[in-house]
Amino acid sequence: MALASGPALGIADFERIYRSLRLIRRAEEEVARIYPSDKIKSPVHLSIGQEAVSVGICDALRRDDVVAPTYRGHAAYLAKGGPLRELFAELYGKATGVAGGKGGSMHLIDMSHNVLGASAVVGTTIPLAVGYALALKRNKSDRVVVAFFGDGATEEGVFAESLNFASLHKLPVLFVCENNYYAIHTPITRRWATNRLCERVATYGIPVHRVENGDVLMLRELAAGAVARMRRGEGPSFIECLTYRWREHVGPNEDYDQGYRARDDFNRWLKDDQVERIGRMMSDESRAQIDSEIELDIADAIEFAESSPFPEIDKLYTNVFAGN
Amino acid sequence: MSSPATNQRLLTYVDALREGIAQEMRSDPRVFLFGLDVDDHKAIQGSTRGLVQEFGPERVFGTPLSEDAMTGVAIGAAMAGMRPIHVHIRMDFLMLAMNQLINIAAKSSYMYDGQVKVPMVIRSMIGKSWGQGAQHSQGLHAMFMHVPGLKVVAPSNAYDAKGALIAAIRDDNPVIFVEHRLLYYTDAFVPEESFAVPLGKARVCTNGDDITVVGISNMLVECLRAHEILSDIGIAAEVIDPISLVPLDIDTIVASVKRTGRLLVVDNAWTNCGASAEIVARVIECAQNGKPIQVRRMGYAPTTCPTTPVLEQAFYPDPGKIAQAVHAMVRPDANGWSPDPERAKLAYQVKFRGPF
Ligand SMILES: Cc1ncc(C[n+]2csc(CCOP(=O)(O)OP(=O)(O)O)c2C)c(N)n1
Ligand SMILES: [Mg+2]
Repeated sequence: MALASGPALGIADFERIYRSLRLIRRAEEEVARIYPSDKIKSPVHLSIGQEAVSVGICDALRRDDVVAPTYRGHAAYLAKGGPLRELFAELYGKATGVAGGKGGSMHLIDMSHNVLGASAVVGTTIPLAVGYALALKRNKSDRVVVAFFGDGATEEGVFAESLNFASLHKLPVLFVCENNYYAIHTPITRRWATNRLCERVATYGIPVHRVENGDVLMLRELAAGAVARMRRGEGPSFIECLTYRWREHVGPNEDYDQGYRARDDFNRWLKDDQVERIGRMMSDESRAQIDSEIELDIADAIEFAESSPFPEIDKLYTNVFAGN
Repeated sequence: MSSPATNQRLLTYVDALREGIAQEMRSDPRVFLFGLDVDDHKAIQGSTRGLVQEFGPERVFGTPLSEDAMTGVAIGAAMAGMRPIHVHIRMDFLMLAMNQLINIAAKSSYMYDGQVKVPMVIRSMIGKSWGQGAQHSQGLHAMFMHVPGLKVVAPSNAYDAKGALIAAIRDDNPVIFVEHRLLYYTDAFVPEESFAVPLGKARVCTNGDDITVVGISNMLVECLRAHEILSDIGIAAEVIDPISLVPLDIDTIVASVKRTGRLLVVDNAWTNCGASAEIVARVIECAQNGKPIQVRRMGYAPTTCPTTPVLEQAFYPDPGKIAQAVHAMVRPDANGWSPDPERAKLAYQVKFRGPF
């Protein structure tokens, strides 16, 4: 598959990418740290270890492009520019959260940054991304949509149905599969007859790419190529991103003692940790500078969440129907 | 159910489910159990623990995330003479299987005029608390009650969990089996041997002449606590557990309401077109020639379940709200009563901690 080779990246690009990776890593580590205090009463699905997928893809997007994340969505939300304060406030169930405390971790949304709402029902948002892309195309816009989903979501019928329709209508939607090998605790070897996912998708006439080592820069480059294609009206692409979830499926902890996967797998992925890798591409000073800014931002967001009020009881009934 | 016999011991709801399945699988080789994550180490919060070890991966197996197709697979296997149990960790996920459940499972016996039958059990769990929110908390039993051909069962305690699950497995029809996450660690005396709780027979849990209170799923537990609070102030509520919603033992409820003249139905679901609406309507149809009946329903607030705890608390009925509603019906002139909030708390709910 020929790649659209974008302009070579410079130091400013690395700094931007590092900042995004590091912010997600540290924000989620803080979520995990706070979690045992029971202040966050929301089932959290952390992306620690998987940040590169969201960051690499979103870095190739414009602000007016759209992403459709999953319940494991803190990373895509932040990578797309979703505000940190409102994220923490949402996790705390506060009135100042992105959804006023009504959605929690699994239903992040921020339409001002074109983050479509996430769903806790696996696979549900894939066709929504396709529909959004249909609308953009009908409106003669050159904006594009990215659908993020896990390896497990590809088993739902709606995935195949969405691919077919998107390709048939040459819709500007990029399908991004975050293949972390597991759906909860069940590996793909016990769920897939073959692991030739890209081949399956290619039969719909969709260009496919596979990134096996989580390389954030490769992901960015592939996304940039796919985005350029979509803006030219040439239709959808698919990227399978192998990656690894470092923590338990849901909750703040590691789970290598549970027996369903080996710490050695994690150790292999740790060697390719993109936060470290990109961090090392920068000078010590600028890295330290970015790190300390991120710590301040996170501390500020946590303080914001803690000091915000819970929603008033009458909010229970707002927006059941639109506009009320 | 409450009197311990020699062969009974305290068992949790989750262990009762597992024991019932294991006993049926031992005695009937046609029974198999499958569904997402039934064979991992968490074992659907423990309700399938040990089953794959005992019965092997041909009779106990996980699936891909393909609820629609897997439901069809269960139906096909049932038509071929097997007795599948298909497990869903949340009732919300049944929405992906609606076509197969409503258009095929419910109708095959009838539209093929008895040439095939679909003996299968759909186990599904209602979630609550810790930010389960819009899509992990729904009690959707009324959707299934609406359609002829499906049985719907919602046990509120360990004894019925075991007995009704065994009855459901032995039943020749598709049975939607509604469990509740917060009930999993509640316990009751449960016989060791296999036994069936007949589907279509309600249980009168407490006797009282002032009001009939019907509680569905975990709301039954909340109604029983409300009953305790109310007995402190001299109000005697007759609390009834329907156990099975289809078929529904309306006669037991009607007999009670004819005596008390008052009916409150508390559902773990919305009231609109819900089980509570059905029960109230049928009681009135059956009892309309007698003395006038006072009725009331309680359920989820008519809104989507929010994640934040303050709004979530307002979303659900609880023992305090139920007791207050009963009080207002029984003693309409004595306004302003509210129960001690501490006494209205339920330990099994207060204790619950996420993330899931
Ligand atoms: C339709 C549906 N079925 C089952 C579930 C329960 N569930 C939640 S996450 C999950 C695994 C999804 O795996 P994958 O798509 O690979 O995403 P990951 O969690 O690995 O990021 C399952 C089975 C669900 N939420 N929705
Ligand atoms: Mg996965």
